This record gives sequence, structure tokens and C-alpha cells, in this order.
Amino acid sequence: MGRFVVRRLLGMILVLFAISVLVFLIFNVIPNSDPAQRMAGKVATPALVRSITEEWGFDDPLPQQYLTTMEKIFSGDLISYSDQRDVDEEIVKGLPATFSLCIGAAVIWMFFGIVFGYLSAVRAGGLTDRLLTILAMIGISMPVFTLASIFLIYLTYKTQLFPSGGYVGLTEDPFDWAYHLVLPWTTLAILYVGFYSRVLRSNMLDAMSGDYVRTARAKGLSERRVMVRHVLRNSLIPVVTLFGLDFGATVGGGAILTEAIFSLNGVGDYAFESTTNLDLPPIMAITLFGAFFVVLFNTLVDIAYAYLDPRVRLGSSAQ
Amino acid sequence: MTSAPLLHVKGLRVGFATEGGELQAVDGVSFDLAPGEVLAIVGESGSGKSVTAQTIIGLTRSPNARIEGSVRLRDTELMNASEAELRRFRGEQIAMVFQDPMTSLNPVYRVGDQIVEAIRAHREKMSNAEARKLAVEMLGSVGIPEPARRVDDYPHEFSGGMRQRAMIAMALALAPDVLIADEPTTALDVTIQAQILDLLGGLNRERNLATILITHDLGVVAEVADRVLVMYAGRVVEEGTLDQIFYDPQHPYTWGLLGSLTRLDRPRPKRLPQIRGAPPSLLDLPTGCSFRPRCPHAFDRCTELPDLAARLEEASEHRDRCWLTPEQKREERGVEGRIGLEEPA
Repeated sequence: MGRFVVRRLLGMILVLFAISVLVFLIFNVIPNSDPAQRMAGKVATPALVRSITEEWGFDDPLPQQYLTTMEKIFSGDLISYSDQRDVDEEIVKGLPATFSLCIGAAVIWMFFGIVFGYLSAVRAGGLTDRLLTILAMIGISMPVFTLASIFLIYLTYKTQLFPSGGYVGLTEDPFDWAYHLVLPWTTLAILYVGFYSRVLRSNMLDAMSGDYVRTARAKGLSERRVMVRHVLRNSLIPVVTLFGLDFGATVGGGAILTEAIFSLNGVGDYAFESTTNLDLPPIMAITLFGAFFVVLFNTLVDIAYAYLDPRVRLGSSAQ
Repeated sequence: MTSAPLLHVKGLRVGFATEGGELQAVDGVSFDLAPGEVLAIVGESGSGKSVTAQTIIGLTRSPNARIEGSVRLRDTELMNASEAELRRFRGEQIAMVFQDPMTSLNPVYRVGDQIVEAIRAHREKMSNAEARKLAVEMLGSVGIPEPARRVDDYPHEFSGGMRQRAMIAMALALAPDVLIADEPTTALDVTIQAQILDLLGGLNRERNLATILITHDLGVVAEVADRVLVMYAGRVVEEGTLDQIFYDPQHPYTWGLLGSLTRLDRPRPKRLPQIRGAPPSLLDLPTGCSFRPRCPHAFDRCTELPDLAARLEEASEHRDRCWLTPEQKREERGVEGRIGLEEPA
């Protein structure tokens, strides 16, 4: 277990390094991405551009520019090119909104994904199953921006039931916090509810024909116990894997659209803004931030896996 | 049989609605099982032996299944019992051991916990600790070494033979009256098979346990069975005591099964005899005797289904479904000095 974590940490550093180099290179080959030109504004004189280039070191060799940027990210000195704000500070400012959105949505999608998947599987072929299947298909095929627009039109502008956006701190007013997040949570969670319920349903149907389920019935267990303790328990293993990946990806950038549409001012919002401005420092920092969460949750999933499935042993003691 | 039957199965019929039409997996199976008796049900895959066994404890109940007939345990009719009533019998009075011990235990729970779960499903008042103690005791009694330690192992930490022992321990933890063992040795190595059979035989004697042993392996039958039921395409084609079936078999299908056994005490045949053809599809059974298309001794009358009846004056419990006269049978079944089924020259 200790060795496993160390190995994964080393792997994480490698992944983050590779991603940062990639993003840096991509940024440098994008046309019109010369930051000096952009910083100088629309009526830039060549002299101004030159002086900015020198001041910011944009004429240094690429590896050196890369090193300087990375060093600044980790020392907290990174300054945005477009508005000269401190990047790390901006990210930290966005964290509460992003985590509120992602954690809340994750709770919703896991809960409904499991409940709907379970009901679908237990009543396979019945009316409940068909209804849930249709709902899941709608959820899966509905893009975030469409869903968000529908919510905004019908639940905000026409009926004034929910606020159109904005983030209220949890500590400021917990009720208002949740009230502002209901629509973003729902928007973000629906896709996953549909997807997870389908995955769980098919896993459970597979498991139901398993020999150990027959054994459980032959022991005289109640149908409910057979379903929950044996069928559901075993079918959750792949769902937990998916969850780790999806949650990591959501925190690491998957919620950008939702954040932007509901103007939550989270990290995703910041990423959206920086990308539109071709602002390298925040893009680099946010990409690393996202990659960190993806890798982190991957590792956590692998650890959870060993607890969920005793046949899996971590590290070198694996059979 | 002098003792009253413990389990009484009469006219059991199980049909399943499938896409290709309704198929009759079990067609009129009847038998009695006395305490302490080992009844072997023998037949090829698809002969209906497993479906018969699973129907006894209601495991085949489903919207697609049509089940008729009677299964009585002592004085209780199980066929019209509700699912909840039936559940009290499962595991508690009729326990089952399945074919593949590799997949019959849930991989994510400890072996001991799975046994405890079976115990506590029927003994609500028993504490977890007591149930665990019983589980350890049972594991020890089926020959698991260091049961107090192994009780906390996961199934994948057990060998195949140990898993089957654990399954048997689980089945017997509540001291059931009837044990149904569905091909309990098929998935095991030959040496382990012998150990498991010894174990089953021993338990059967010690506990006066009535056992239904389902198998396609006549070698296994010869080891432990008192009585034998030979099934073919959903019907019983012959039934009798172990000796009757092995030394005076009346149905050509039984001859075929016996003839295809390898024996160490006889000269080795050039080619192992086999029953020609394949079992019929249950969706498209031949009229009359189902074995007719594969039987080298079939004649006109075989298009009419023979009853399962005692056809020998001296043995009223030995019954079969074949139109040949006992004299013809004794003559035809001799092939190269042994019982077999071969193309008449």
C-alpha cells in the first residue's frame, strides 16, 4: 500500500510535467498568441511591443520561459498577462464555487444514478424500467447548454422560481447557497444520472444470473437482501471506478460550461475567460490544477477498488 | 424402503416459454426420498436434472416458467407455498450445493460471513458471535484446516476443493433434512472429487441426511448412491436401486451410459463406445420415446411413448420406459461381454 502510493505520486508528477509541457507548446504555436502584442493593445507601437517583450522575457528561449512560468506557478508569483492579476489567488478564489458545484452535483448524480439503476434492474422489462430508460436517454443526450437554457427560460425568466446565476458563499447563507446552486447542480448531474443508472442496470442484470446470486437465494435470503447485498454490492464496483474518473474530470474542468452559464465565478469560469483571452499563465495553472485532480481521483479509485474487491491487491504483493 | 418418505415429488412438470416456443424441461418426474437415502439423478446436459432439483426449492419460479405437480416435504406442499414461506425451507430444511465452487461464493465477502449470513437468515435470535462460532465449527467438520483462521479468508484465498467444502459447510450449517448436490464434483480435480464424495458420503451416514445427487458421472453414482433415476430429455427413463441400474439395466439409454464408462478391470476397448447422435432439442421432441432416433434397437412400437412401469416381475421398484421385453433387453445389451449400446451388426 505504501509503495503503491509512492509509485502513484511519482507517476502523477510525470503526468503533470507532460501535460504542462504540452499546453505550453500548444500555446506557443497558436497564431496571434504573442502576449506582448496582445498586452500592448489595439494601437500598439512596435516600440511598445518590444519593450513589453523584453520586460516579460517573451524573447527568452522556450525552455527557459517554461521554467520561469512553472516556477512562478508553484511559488505563487504567477501574474496573468491580460489583467496582471495574481493567478493562484484567482484560482483559490474560485475554489469554493467549483467545489460546491461539483460535490453537490456528484452527491445528486450518485444518489439518483444508483436509485434509478437499481429500480430499473429489479423491475427489468417493466413499466418503471421503460420509463427510467427513456429518462436516462434524454439525460444522456441533452447537452449542458441546452439543458441550462431550458432551465433558465422556464424556471428563471418565465416563473422566477430560481435565480439565474451567481454564487453565494456557504458560510454567508447556507440556504441561499443551496438555492443558487439547485439549477447548476441539476444541469451538471443529469447527464451522469442517466449514464450511471444505465451502467448500473446492465451490471446488475449481469450479476443477477451469477452463480453466487443463486447460492444467496438457495440460502433462503429475502429477495431484497439478495438484490442489495449480493447483486447491487457487486455491481457497484465498476460504478465507483467511473465515479472517481468523472468526479476528477468534473473538478478539473468538466464543469466549465455549467459554471460559465450560471456565472458561478468558479475555477471553470476563470478557465473559460482565460482561454478566450489566450492568457497563458492562468491556462497553464488551471490545466495543472485539473490534471492534478484527475490523477488524484484515479489514485483514490484504485485504493477504493482494493477495499471493494478483495481480489484486487495493491502493489507488488498482487498475485 | 420401510421408512416414510421425507420428500415426495409427484408428476413434476416444468415448462419455459422461450422465443422458439414453449419447451418442456421436465416432464412428469416423480420420486420419493427417505431419510438417510442418497438418490442419484443421472443424465446428459439438458436432460432436466438440474431444473428438477432447482424447482424443488422454487428457484426456477419466474414469469416464463410453468410449473405443475407436487413436491411435499413431510406434510407441507411446497408447490403452492408463497415465496416467503418457501424461503423458510430453503437453506433451513432443504439445502443446495452447486456445481462450480469458483463462482458459487460471492467474491467480495469473507467465506465465514457468507456462512453466517445463511445461518442468521433462519436464526434471527442467534447472535453474530454464536453464528460465527457455528461457522467455524462447520468449516472444521468438513475438513478445512485451521478453521478459526480460514473463516476470515475470502473465497479467492481458498482452493477449489476447499471452496466446495465451504459450500457444503454452509449448506449443512442449519442441519437440513435434505441436501441437493447439483454436480458437486464436476468442476474439481479427480483426487479432490474423491475427497468431496467421501465427505458427502460420510455426512450422509452421520447425519442421516437425505441427499439428491445430480450428476452425469456414473462413476460418482457408483460410489455413493442408493437409488438411481436416469433422465433423458426431461423424462425419467429408468429408475431402480444402484445394483439394479448397474447390473440389470433395462433402458437402452442406460446401457449407453454404462457402456461409455471406462473401466480399469476390463480390457481396454479400441475406441470408447459412445451413444450416437445428440440429445434432441426440447423444442422439437420426437413422438413416442424421445431416445428413439438414437436407439439402435428402436422398432415400430417406439413411436408410442412407453409408461414408466415395472416390467420385471421380480423387482417392482425397478421401472423403465422401454417397449422391449426383458428377455430381448438381456440379449441386446450384451456387447463384447459387457453392457453397452452398439449398432447391431
